[in-house]
Amino acid sequence: MLSRVIAVSASGLKSTAPLGAGLVQASRSLHTSSPSLAPVPPLPEGGKVRHGIVPEEFFQLLYPKTGATGPYMLGTGLSVWLLSKELYVINHETVAALTVGTVFVLAVKKFGPSFASTMDKMEEEKTAWIEDVKDQAMACYADAIEEEKKEQWRVEGRSMLFDAKRNNVSMLLETNYRERLNHANHEVKRRLDYQLALQHLKVRMEKEHMVNWVEKNVVGSITAQQEQESIAKCISDLNVLAKNIQAKATA
Amino acid sequence: MADRAVPVIEKRLMEVKLGEIGTWVGGRDFTPNGMFSSVRKGYERYLNKYIYVKKGGIGGLSMVLAGYVLLSYVWSFDHIKHDRMRKYH
Repeated sequence: MLSRVIAVSASGLKSTAPLGAGLVQASRSLHTSSPSLAPVPPLPEGGKVRHGIVPEEFFQLLYPKTGATGPYMLGTGLSVWLLSKELYVINHETVAALTVGTVFVLAVKKFGPSFASTMDKMEEEKTAWIEDVKDQAMACYADAIEEEKKEQWRVEGRSMLFDAKRNNVSMLLETNYRERLNHANHEVKRRLDYQLALQHLKVRMEKEHMVNWVEKNVVGSITAQQEQESIAKCISDLNVLAKNIQAKATA
Repeated sequence: MADRAVPVIEKRLMEVKLGEIGTWVGGRDFTPNGMFSSVRKGYERYLNKYIYVKKGGIGGLSMVLAGYVLLSYVWSFDHIKHDRMRKYH
């Protein structure tokens, strides 16, 4: 805003960059650090005060012209003038003021340092507590970042996991397939064996039955007379054979 | 220190030269809002300089008390006048 005002009042400006003047003004009315993002700047050093009531700037103001004792001489002259013209009236209130002033000054001199150190310690504790909170929060966030990184690393291994799972599944499928193949094979073989056994049995039964039938018929067709004749023929053959052998034995 | 020319009104009181005081006073914002805001700004400047600091001393408080004492003496001078010890000075 200031820089715009300066730019508007361009009459009398000899330079072309009015920003310098605005900057000089602005640098005194703003904080010196960036207002929003930076960590909070520490508290500034206070303005100095001499003797408890007179700001140091007053002494600096008079120093070039009157040196170091200037303000004190000014004070003396001023008080003498006030008293002599009775612009400051000495009455009962003066006594009261002096008493109260003395008490105040003595109290400050006596209890000042200890009070200041107590306050500083309290402030320190508060700051330390808040810093602790901040540090804990930051540690939490750092841990969270680490965890996140580890999770990202784990994600990379996911593909390996899926490969292993895929392998597992394909192996299961293969096993199952082979098992079923085996089973089918076995069943088919069983049925074929059955058919084979059935055929063997049939052939065997036919053969036996035929043999039995032929035997039965042959045995049945031998009449009694034929039997007598064959027995007589066998005996005569045997006699002949016996005679032959006897002859061979004695020869 | 040769600054670029800044309008008189914007300068702080300590930098206004004696001849420019008329212009300066004439240019200040005398609306109620402006007066209130200038009081507010002065108050905040005092606070930021003497109280909200790392190691503030008694000066921050005692200057206010001294100012109060002085102001109350000035306002009650007409009454205290009667306690004078001599009539002519």
